[in-house]
Amino acid sequence: MTDKITVEHLYKIFGPDPEEALALIREGLDKDEIFARTGNTVGVRDASFTVKEGEIFVIMGLSGSGKSTMVRMFNRLIEPSSGSITVDGRDITKLDEAGLRDLRRTTISMVFQSFALLPHIKVIDNVAFGLELAGMGREERRERALAALEQVGLAANAESYPDELSGGMQQRVGLARALAADPPILLMDEAFSALDPLIRSEMQDELIRLQEEKKRTIIFISHDLDEAMRIGDRIAIMQGGVVVQVGSPDEILKNPANEYVRSFFRGVDISKVLTAADIATKTQVTIIDKPEQGPRAALRLLGDFDREYGFVIGRGRRFAGVVSLASLEQARRDDAPLDAALMPETATVLPTAPLHELMGVVATSPHPVPVVDEQGRYRGVVSRTSLLQALDNLPAESAPVEADAVAPVAAAGE
Amino acid sequence: MQTLSFNPLYPFETLEIPFDDWVEVVFDWVANARPVFQAIRQPIDWVLEGITDLLLFLPPGLMIVLLALVAWQVVGGRLALGTALSLFFVGLIGAYEQSMVTLALVLTAVFFCTAIGVPLGILAARSDRFETGLRPVLDTMQTTPAFVYLVPIVVLFGIGNVPGVIVTIIFAVAPLIRLTNLGIRQVPKDVIEAANAFGASGRQLLFKVQLPLATKTIMAGVNQSLMLALSMVVIASMISVGGLGQMVLRGIGRLDMGLAVIGGVGIVVLAIVLDRMTQALASSERERGGRRFVERGPIGLVRGLTAGRSASAAAAATQRGG
Repeated sequence: MTDKITVEHLYKIFGPDPEEALALIREGLDKDEIFARTGNTVGVRDASFTVKEGEIFVIMGLSGSGKSTMVRMFNRLIEPSSGSITVDGRDITKLDEAGLRDLRRTTISMVFQSFALLPHIKVIDNVAFGLELAGMGREERRERALAALEQVGLAANAESYPDELSGGMQQRVGLARALAADPPILLMDEAFSALDPLIRSEMQDELIRLQEEKKRTIIFISHDLDEAMRIGDRIAIMQGGVVVQVGSPDEILKNPANEYVRSFFRGVDISKVLTAADIATKTQVTIIDKPEQGPRAALRLLGDFDREYGFVIGRGRRFAGVVSLASLEQARRDDAPLDAALMPETATVLPTAPLHELMGVVATSPHPVPVVDEQGRYRGVVSRTSLLQALDNLPAESAPVEADAVAPVAAAGE
Repeated sequence: MQTLSFNPLYPFETLEIPFDDWVEVVFDWVANARPVFQAIRQPIDWVLEGITDLLLFLPPGLMIVLLALVAWQVVGGRLALGTALSLFFVGLIGAYEQSMVTLALVLTAVFFCTAIGVPLGILAARSDRFETGLRPVLDTMQTTPAFVYLVPIVVLFGIGNVPGVIVTIIFAVAPLIRLTNLGIRQVPKDVIEAANAFGASGRQLLFKVQLPLATKTIMAGVNQSLMLALSMVVIASMISVGGLGQMVLRGIGRLDMGLAVIGGVGIVVLAIVLDRMTQALASSERERGGRRFVERGPIGLVRGLTAGRSASAAAAATQRGG
């Protein structure tokens, strides 16, 4: 993925004399000292990061952390004090009035926490508002607005007024308005925060669905970690105007940069965040299913590693099934091939399954549950121990993803 | 000449500022610019002449029907009936012509109040500094007794209907400016931000967002201006403005109770009718059942009839064709 937006050394100072405050920042003074000495408030301090094309980039932080200021600098509703924002290779902080209007009409649109719909015009005209500002004719813009409303499932309400709709529907209108001009970049400022939890997750799903239809670059502001984890490809965490960490949800979860970041994750329900793939281990005995290999070799392998179960893998790491000491013994006695020793009806789980969906399967299965992806490939197993360790929320100690610390048989077999 | 020595207990026996003389001097100086003031008269004169001619041109019977139709279109059938009956009554008591003159004066004043007040209100909403400067001026205009500025107005503009309109404008424009300013400032910040985020220019922001959202408040200002203009009618008649005010003034002068009450009744009737109409204009199309202006009232009726006729004609044509 290419970089869509590059932010470099971005500062925002609110107050009477930003230049003076900037000079003090370079001397290394902190926010409070600068406020005490100059009366200026540091909104955003030396932010540098990139947003990749087609990703949902979540900026997260507590209120007052500067995230709303940050997002408004991407379309210059708030003018940066210093630094640059490059969109498709063009520094937008240098745009003149006309260039800025053009950018807002065609390239970057925005969805607001408070919906911010115009109460005096109908839903369809609200959606067409951006196109109207751009000077598009009435027929064409209404056509496109209707198409945008269809995308969010509200075409039937086109002739309603905003206050006749529920909050969730109003925000769909807000989303449709942002989509109408088909901009490559969407800014979403706490777009779903004003909605109740059920509607909120519905809207998140809606956003993911829209994103699957057409990859847009979305900068999403949120104070809700669950939301950030759910929809974010990458997350930037802001604290007191400073971007303290940028990374994928997993990276941040596993390696929080400081106590502030860690405190965000304290309340997180890890069973919804981590998936089977995250905790799958490959330390079990795997048996490569070759035509000449019989149950004897497999029995010896299990014996060598003191395991009761073996995981049989065919060509292309395709998962074939599970064998146990007992079933192998039976096959040896019958002089049958390895396939005959496979246990019937082995439960498997998908790598994308969240942990809370695994518990039942893992609890009832006599052996660790194999993780098998949609192509049928073996990705490791989830044992009761690894599941409990992960749920204990001790990422530093459990180190569950370290793969193949001992992968004896796979090596031995090949 | 006896000279008194200064006594701090009675300071005003020796100390005095000749404030009235100063005012006279300043005023004499301003009066040099009389041509400027005469130029100001011109547009007001034109508009007033136009409206007066229009109102007095039609015979009263026709005019009453026309005004009732306007009331029907703008508000509804009940006000139309009320307008027709009360104007008819005003005619019966012999004040029809004076009512039309007063109506013309008031409408002219409100026309200029709107032309001056709305732009000033917009400017005040855009600039805090301008608003701060404007506020004491508006306070002065609203609180200074009208009698005080009758004199300079007469000196600068003379007497008659046009200076009367000018006095009325000064008295009535302030609430419109205030309410326009207020209405625009009350437009929610997030809506303004959204409009900006979608690339609105300053002009688009004003005409597509701020003014539409402030319409209700601005129309309340127009309504207030109108009411104040009507309340000015009697005072303005002191500088020889015609109409209902003149009737009241003459009634007072001659202690002619009947004449004064006739004038008063005319003013009240006009006030009620105009008040209802401007209030109706302030409510949106949506609040009145979503029917568009051209789809209701007499215009809607006529349109419905012609549409119905052409539809039935078309149906007949297809029948013949089939």
